[in-house]
Amino acid sequence: MAEVKEMKKVLFGPILDNNPIALQILGVCSALAITTKLETALVMSLALTTVTAFSNLFISMIRKQIPSSVRIIIQMTIIASLVIVVDQILKAYAYEISKQLSVFVGLIITNCIVMGRAEAYAMKSPPFMSFLDGIGNGLGYSLVLIIIGTVKELLGFGTLLGFEILPLIQNGGWYQGNGLLILPFSSFFLIGGLIWVIRTIRPAQVEPKE
Amino acid sequence: MSAKKETLGKTITVVVAVCLVCSIIVSGAAVGLRDLQETNAAIDKQSNIVEAAGLSDVAAGDIAATFDKYIEERFINLESGKYVDKPEEDYNMYKEAKNPEYSVKVSGSNVGFQQRASIASVYIVKNDAGEVTRIILPVHGSGLWDLMYGFLAIDADGNTIRELVYYQQKETPGLGGEVQNPSWKAKWDGKKLYKDGEVAIQVKKGDNANDQYAVDALSGATLTSNGVQNTLTYWLGENGFGPYLKNQTWKS
Repeated sequence: MAEVKEMKKVLFGPILDNNPIALQILGVCSALAITTKLETALVMSLALTTVTAFSNLFISMIRKQIPSSVRIIIQMTIIASLVIVVDQILKAYAYEISKQLSVFVGLIITNCIVMGRAEAYAMKSPPFMSFLDGIGNGLGYSLVLIIIGTVKELLGFGTLLGFEILPLIQNGGWYQGNGLLILPFSSFFLIGGLIWVIRTIRPAQVEPKE
Repeated sequence: MSAKKETLGKTITVVVAVCLVCSIIVSGAAVGLRDLQETNAAIDKQSNIVEAAGLSDVAAGDIAATFDKYIEERFINLESGKYVDKPEEDYNMYKEAKNPEYSVKVSGSNVGFQQRASIASVYIVKNDAGEVTRIILPVHGSGLWDLMYGFLAIDADGNTIRELVYYQQKETPGLGGEVQNPSWKAKWDGKKLYKDGEVAIQVKKGDNANDQYAVDALSGATLTSNGVQNTLTYWLGENGFGPYLKNQTWKS
């Protein structure tokens, strides 16, 4: 039973208790840029979760073979290859979305979550647990992206996944879109607010006063 | 950490093995998916042309068939405005702008690029009866951040705008990015290009619904609006599609 419990902790822990964006403050850069529309946020979440899970899996599988002097480079090579494959698949099967995501798919390589989990967890843990850890952290990232994407698209454009929810004045409705929320940096406010909410629910995450 | 895995030979073996496996996976994915990707890129371009042709409703998703049925790609020599044969397989006027064989220097214009190709593509839209209904001209010029690429669709009279569709731009979303907003695009329908032989179309401030030579500029995006103006001034002028539009080559 201890095994199952541990697995649950690894898989679901990063969603609220140890959220990569809200607590570890990793991967914020991409969370700013691609959350203006919920659809791109969803695809980005999926791409990042896949890459983190599989990079963790592969790195963990060969972790006993990796010489520590070159381990970062080997991790980067594996991550970069996975990202390129994901990018190619998106271009082939979801061209419109890959056009919107443009450079940000490639930038998953530099997303600190992927590197961070590879170095901190996969190098020390067995493959299956590492895989779960990758999915868990991907889900934690996805949760934040989806919340921000929903708020930004709904209040900024009055739509969700492209469907009109709040009719805009320009289109004969009553809702005036919030231009601030369309801009990338508004995610800072939203992430800040989210961290506040999570730390109110989980006071243990509040950093001690110096 | 065992001492064994730190030897030079071991390090090199692992590095080489990882690189080999990764490169096989990456090149496998790239080669295996290339066909699909190229088809996607071509369909994406076609769908923008179909939109400029005003055939999006007719197409109802079947872009390629609609494109083949109603739209014909022709090539013109920009200087003379006459049709020429397709210069070579896969001729792309944007790529050939740097090819010495076709390159023409752009001077005296702030359109935002220094060279263009001497031969341009145009897309002729015909109806079921085979009559020319619209001419679609590819236009590009710099906006605030980067070059903006679009299609300008005009009536067979060579003077009335139907659509201005930007399909590739990096303007600020919500400000300059509004060049792709349907309500702004709708403002171009019915505007006139030339007055007494001169380019008269203007992007300027104010509600110009009744002025057939002016389109309301984008608020908060002066430089993007200026970019659209410069693009049109250049491409409709003597160095752009001017001779082609004056000769009305498509009628002969």
